[in-house]
Amino acid sequence: MYSLKHLGVAEPMRECEYSQISTRSSTPMESPHKRKSLKKKWQAFQGRNKFYCDGRIMMARQTGVFYLTLVLIVVTSGLFFVFDCPFLSSHLTPAIPVMGGVLFGFVMGTLLRTSFSDPGVLPRATPDEAADLERQIDVANGSGTTGYRPPPRTREVVINGQTVKLKYCFTCKIFRPPRASHCSLCDNCVERFDHHCPWVGNCVGRRNYRFFYMFILSLSFLTLFIFSFVITHVILRSHSIGFLSALKDSPASVLEVVVCFFSVWSIVGLSGFHTYLIGSNQTTNEDIKGSWSSKRGKDNYNPYSHGNLFTNCCAALCGPLPPSLIDRRGYVLPNTPLPAPPTNGITMYGATQSQSHMCDQDQCIQSTKFVLQAAATPLLQSAEPRLVTEELPLPGRTSLGGPCPSLLLGQPTPPTSTPSLSCDGEIIPPHPSHPPEPPHLHPHAPHHHHAPHPHHHFLTPEEAPSPPGMLPCGSPLSHSHTVPFYHPASQDSLHEDSVRGLVKLSSV
Amino acid sequence: MLSGPRTATDRSKLPFCHESFHNLQELRHSASLANKVFIQRDYTEGTICRFQTKFPSELESRIERSLFEDTVKTLNNYYAEAEKIGGQSYLEGCLACTTAYLIFLCMETRYEKVLKKISRYIQEQNEKIYAPRGLLITDPIDRGMRVIEISIYEDRGSSGSSSGSSSTTSSSGR
Repeated sequence: MYSLKHLGVAEPMRECEYSQISTRSSTPMESPHKRKSLKKKWQAFQGRNKFYCDGRIMMARQTGVFYLTLVLIVVTSGLFFVFDCPFLSSHLTPAIPVMGGVLFGFVMGTLLRTSFSDPGVLPRATPDEAADLERQIDVANGSGTTGYRPPPRTREVVINGQTVKLKYCFTCKIFRPPRASHCSLCDNCVERFDHHCPWVGNCVGRRNYRFFYMFILSLSFLTLFIFSFVITHVILRSHSIGFLSALKDSPASVLEVVVCFFSVWSIVGLSGFHTYLIGSNQTTNEDIKGSWSSKRGKDNYNPYSHGNLFTNCCAALCGPLPPSLIDRRGYVLPNTPLPAPPTNGITMYGATQSQSHMCDQDQCIQSTKFVLQAAATPLLQSAEPRLVTEELPLPGRTSLGGPCPSLLLGQPTPPTSTPSLSCDGEIIPPHPSHPPEPPHLHPHAPHHHHAPHPHHHFLTPEEAPSPPGMLPCGSPLSHSHTVPFYHPASQDSLHEDSVRGLVKLSSV
Repeated sequence: MLSGPRTATDRSKLPFCHESFHNLQELRHSASLANKVFIQRDYTEGTICRFQTKFPSELESRIERSLFEDTVKTLNNYYAEAEKIGGQSYLEGCLACTTAYLIFLCMETRYEKVLKKISRYIQEQNEKIYAPRGLLITDPIDRGMRVIEISIYEDRGSSGSSSGSSSTTSSSGR
């Protein structure tokens, strides 16, 4: 029987260390002196994020556009304060630079807060949880896994009278909560996923949506503010010295007007769009998919809406701010259950749970079996397991080989999609039966101009968020990952390839 | 399984970590972990944090149904309190917005306060109810608020390790 005495403070530390030695010989022994060598959790984080300031700052991998945003805002505002404000404060009122300053400060604050905070990333499942879920799913679906496409893993739940489907995320090995989505750029499941915004260099989700909204709202005001006052400045000046000489006197004004003119349309439009979303308590993802639109059915309504506009707004902007679930700055202790490594369709259905446990020879045998079974693309297959074993022991590292398969592994769908074989630029194909992440690929075109302001990331695969050099390396991996479960009958070229491959194999 | 750090300073840096919990964990590792049960989230009321109160079959022989349900219901109430949208949360939100969220450098959010309460509650439940039955609840925050993980331990009895024998001697000494 376990008694309270064992829980008591009197338990000597020595005994704990002794049992540590006896039971955990495989993990490194941690002593107080080795505290410095303990890794922090952000260093072992499995998503594709960048961390700064010892885990305090968290951003997406591609931050180039974020720096552009910063430069645009700082330079334009700087030019305004330097060239226009002196004239305006002397001729009109000094309140103008003050207000401008306050607006600028607010814009920068909200921008940095949006970009640097955790959007609401869901940590990946521990191996025990993943195994438990697998068992439940197998029981529910029956064990008819012969290597072909398994039934999709979904759970249905009724929320406020609406049936919502919860999808299983193969990367994170969890059933995604409602409104959560997996961001393929960051390779994380994010709660209440809105979209991935390259302009702020981060995903927009539950924890930073209000900052994002404040940012675009205040930026709209700042843009309009600068635009109107620069024009006022030029007009006032041109009263005395003529229009052209006024422009010559303050050339910066021209630049500011141009920048503001082009930004105003997209930013004000975006603010309007998000105001609508907040009022109806929807995410960009849901709006684009039309999840709650009445066009889907007469009884289709948004189960998350609080009913009235005011409550929806207050809930979104002033509701409680949940803490980060990923504990970036905590230490990775020897016993901390690290999330299970991401698996692909092969390991999920039929093969081993985790390839790292297999020796290379076994993997070769396994892969050969798959080739024979599914008549898939061949020789590349034998190369694949090696790559996977190499990258698995380094979960935290963002190696070149790592993101590539994980980009594909990031797909929640079983890897049977045709487009993934084509690998000619679209690493993130929209799978017809699972309209998932790709919603945030779609532009906001129906709502407003979007040319300067792409909130979708269908641009980014071409811009190569993952190193461009990986596209070629991506193809063999994708072939080997996905093809075994592909029905060759539907693709003649694939059939040819596989026949060729089998011939090659037999000659080895 | 999460175990505590070796020094007090380490421990003080970790949230939700308690010394007695730490010792219990170490003891558990000498005992045998038989199984883990995962209580999943209940999404029928939306995205708020709620756990299913369905009694898992693996616990049938280990703990009374009513005790288990009480624990889960209390946890659900705590989470509902943390996520409640009402006057106090609005006030906090507006205040934070006006101070550009700098106020959170000095004070913690209501959510964090409630999480601390939950952590204390779980520890108390472990000590009083679950540990004597060979069970251990892991705080959901350590599992990303996805599940309540309940570890089931087997009673070693007299044939066990030193900790097993010490448990029998201490229980006889009680």
